[in-house]
Amino acid sequence: MNYLENRKYVIKTIFLIVGIVFAIRLFYIQVVDSSYKQAAETNAIKTIIQYPFRGLIYDRDGKLLVQNTPVYDLMVVPKEAKQLDTLRLCQLLNMPLEDARDRLQKARAYSWVKPSIFFQKLSTQDFAQIQDNLIDFPGFYINARTMRGYPHQSLAHALGYIAEISPKQLADTSYRGYRPGDYIGKSGIELEYEKYLMGKRGVKYKMVNVRGIEKGSFKDGAYDTLAIAGQNLVSTIDLDLQAYGEHLMNGAKGSIVAIEPATGEILAYVSAPYYDPNLLTGKEYGANYMALLSDKDKTMFNRPIMADQNPPGSIFKLTQALIALEEGVINPKTQYACIRSLVNCHNHPSPLDLYGAIQHSCNPYFYQAYRALINQGKSKNTFRDTSIGLAEWREQVLSFGFGKKLGIDLPNEKTGIIASPALYDRVYGQNRWKYSTIYSLSIGQGELGVTPLQMANFMATIANRGYYIDPHIIRAVGDDGKPLPEYQKKNYTTVDARHFDPIIEGMAAVVQSGTARRANLQKVGITVCGKTGTAQNPQGADHAVFVAFAPKEDPKIAIVVYVEHGKWGGQSAAPIAGLMIEKYLTDTVTMKEQEKWVLSREYMNIKSK
Amino acid sequence: MGVETRASKYQVVTPSSKRTSRRITSNLDWLTILLYLLLVGLGWMNIYAAVYSPDNIVNIFSFDINSGKQLVWIGTSVLLIIILLVVDYKIYEHLAYPIYGFVILLLLFTLAVANPIAGSRSWLDLGGGVRLQPAELAKFATALAASRFLSSASLRQQQFKDHMILAAITLVPPAIIVLQNETGSALVFAAFVLAYFREGMSPLILIIGGAAAFIFIMTLLVPKLYLIIGITAVMALATWLDYRLLKRFKTMIALLLLIVGMIFSVDYFVNDILQPHQQNRIKALINPEADPLGYGWNVTQSKIAIGSGGFWGKGFLEGTQTKFDFVPEQSTDFIFCTIGEEHGWIGSTLLIALFMLLLIRIVTIAERQKSIFGRTYGYCVASIIFFHFLVNVGMTIGLAPVVGIPLPFFSYGGSSLWSFTILLFILLAIDANKTQELVR
Repeated sequence: MNYLENRKYVIKTIFLIVGIVFAIRLFYIQVVDSSYKQAAETNAIKTIIQYPFRGLIYDRDGKLLVQNTPVYDLMVVPKEAKQLDTLRLCQLLNMPLEDARDRLQKARAYSWVKPSIFFQKLSTQDFAQIQDNLIDFPGFYINARTMRGYPHQSLAHALGYIAEISPKQLADTSYRGYRPGDYIGKSGIELEYEKYLMGKRGVKYKMVNVRGIEKGSFKDGAYDTLAIAGQNLVSTIDLDLQAYGEHLMNGAKGSIVAIEPATGEILAYVSAPYYDPNLLTGKEYGANYMALLSDKDKTMFNRPIMADQNPPGSIFKLTQALIALEEGVINPKTQYACIRSLVNCHNHPSPLDLYGAIQHSCNPYFYQAYRALINQGKSKNTFRDTSIGLAEWREQVLSFGFGKKLGIDLPNEKTGIIASPALYDRVYGQNRWKYSTIYSLSIGQGELGVTPLQMANFMATIANRGYYIDPHIIRAVGDDGKPLPEYQKKNYTTVDARHFDPIIEGMAAVVQSGTARRANLQKVGITVCGKTGTAQNPQGADHAVFVAFAPKEDPKIAIVVYVEHGKWGGQSAAPIAGLMIEKYLTDTVTMKEQEKWVLSREYMNIKSK
Repeated sequence: MGVETRASKYQVVTPSSKRTSRRITSNLDWLTILLYLLLVGLGWMNIYAAVYSPDNIVNIFSFDINSGKQLVWIGTSVLLIIILLVVDYKIYEHLAYPIYGFVILLLLFTLAVANPIAGSRSWLDLGGGVRLQPAELAKFATALAASRFLSSASLRQQQFKDHMILAAITLVPPAIIVLQNETGSALVFAAFVLAYFREGMSPLILIIGGAAAFIFIMTLLVPKLYLIIGITAVMALATWLDYRLLKRFKTMIALLLLIVGMIFSVDYFVNDILQPHQQNRIKALINPEADPLGYGWNVTQSKIAIGSGGFWGKGFLEGTQTKFDFVPEQSTDFIFCTIGEEHGWIGSTLLIALFMLLLIRIVTIAERQKSIFGRTYGYCVASIIFFHFLVNVGMTIGLAPVVGIPLPFFSYGGSSLWSFTILLFILLAIDANKTQELVR
């Protein structure tokens, strides 16, 4: 038995000998013999990237907003570009010699063996020139790609643009899978929906020998992958309405945002001054971009969601009225006298009930109503009482979507500002401020900042009698066209639906016989409900704003028109809104006089009070 | 253990199953389990590295690629392990023959119904895209049957009948597997010789077998004349050193003639008996550079991949040669290339060391079994794993012909992982219960 047990040593020895022989053999192959390392380098595979088609974007009626147009890049693999006739290349491409040397140097710095872009977006002529002579330039080849193209000149701010991925993004791990030279959404929808639009790159592997000559596809293309096109997007934008809105804002500064109240879909999104999105594609991208960026009118500033420093002005009286009604401190019949010693006003009958106060935008009315709202006597201390009242009021204001991001599917949305006790505590000290400190809030001035998008959303909320759906600009991803689930939820305000009726009646009066008669569409049978506003501007002429929705009975469109330095909402903003509403609801514009008035910009000459 | 026994004396009502399960976990050989987990885990990461492409990054867990699928096989292996450990360990011995019989039938059934996949008729389609290779199951079934047989007979008694029965048990499965055109898997059964050697088989068989394999390979590598001169010289030297051999001069001459005959028959064997693809594998072993894009492709590319790894390797996922399937069967049979390229000599040697540790550990476990059945089975497990390791790693570094068998626990593939898991954990189940054997 024992002699057999000793055989375990024999077996263990056999195991160990094999292990040691393997380790020695590996040491020879991996460390001693360098021929395998050299052989590995000649085992070259050229990777050819197949760029996918970026997803297209359509408007709500299926009109093309963004398409792809083919472009050709001249690529170079420095290792293979030996004995290069640089001079001739420069002649063909029409570029200075130093420039070509720089580009080559840059390509070498990136990689000897991997392809770099030598010349981006060849023009058609350059492409033809090079294509015929490519055979004389080993290491150079043409890579076909597509570029964004726009069959119209609209919606630049919302669409955004694409550009080469930045070195910073490349270093960031969340951009894994992108390579130098790849295009990526930089702003707007292009950025927000990048992961849907980008598609999936395909890869082709070609065998090459030591001299870089192609030897055909590797393994008959068994490892090649096809590029998968990005998903198409369907926007909520009505391209006709959008283009018309831009036409009306031509030469002015400001915003138009139109929303379909029932769905939260954005119908028009104008940021003026605007630019042709085609400027930010093609060879001149860089120069155009810098020009737009340094423009004194801040053309690149995405006003509808970023201009949040301006107070809303009188349109905020609607918010105040709604909250006061909900709190029960006033009812529609409540009357206040127009006491101009409290706050300045203009000529109108006095005293007024709520409808009249909205119609005539009576400042003292809202001064008094807001005081009743803020100082409800919840604390005997006036200072404390004001603080409590303001905090409770603020909660309700926030429920209308003010003072926070609405979650629109565009990047860089701003929150706006809604006055809070903390803000005044910081400035004046705790218990050192009371209603007389904050009364300008009552008429929408003071420590308030509201984006045009928030104003439009506010109109949608009133049209819906108490709720809104997060405004959004893309209604569907992909070809099945289903609405996006994240934009189905109704956000209810703190104010009960029944309190909206008196407000809506008041707004109808504003357009019928109040400050915004220029938006009246009674002639074509549409009842518009609206409210004008003026935002005080210490730097120059006041900004004008008009908010509206229509038709009153069954609202289909809620709109804000914000005209910087437009002075009077009724004169500058209201006619634009009226035209937009008519255009959207009837597809025609009958009020040619009004259109002429808007485009003449004569309201700029109306004397201030 | 003593505590256990004492406790059971007082707690008569304790359910025996509970005691068994506690005993199982405390008596399990955790070192082996650790080595198993290391090999399976490292294998999984290397399977990902083998299919990883920087131009087309796919998540390691994605079921589109082998690493994701392997995770399913690993998960199901864990289930298998639990079942193997929970089942009464005695059934492995009691049911050894029925299991063996069933697997033989399964092999025959597969041979009859299987649709050829790449010329091999060894895959059984279970539906739903799941395929099983019964040849993999034949290894543990044969190990069980042979161990069972040896625990009742004895080779040392030199009974011819017993020898024949054992030979039949060992050779029937590979015979069917050869018919299925899976010669590689059939070769594995040669490994049983090591286990039988431990149980008393004459060392001559091992020596003759080893010498024959040596001479066969040398014939291919060295010109025949030199080889014959060399062997004659060695034999002359041996005779000179030990004059007693002179007395067996005739035997020596006969042996020499036999060897010379063998050397000359190698050509015939290679050119006329082997199939063309097998010939190519032999040629590739001898001189892969003769046709680097043809039959030499696998070996050349595999050596280039490993060789380019250098001492420290290129780093995880940094390999270039093991991408795009320069080396074919990258995540299955040639997985070792990925280690060699990305982890260099250090990584390769560590992996070899892991296998050495595992093999030595299994031998130790086998030796501590009280039953012949347990011990023989342990040696069978070690031998099978060793043979796979020998041939698989050997072929990637040009020391063995290309035979399509996987690296145990490491290569991609469900059948292979399951089969090795079953093989190993039956041994661990038997080992965990070895004290019961004593009590009985």
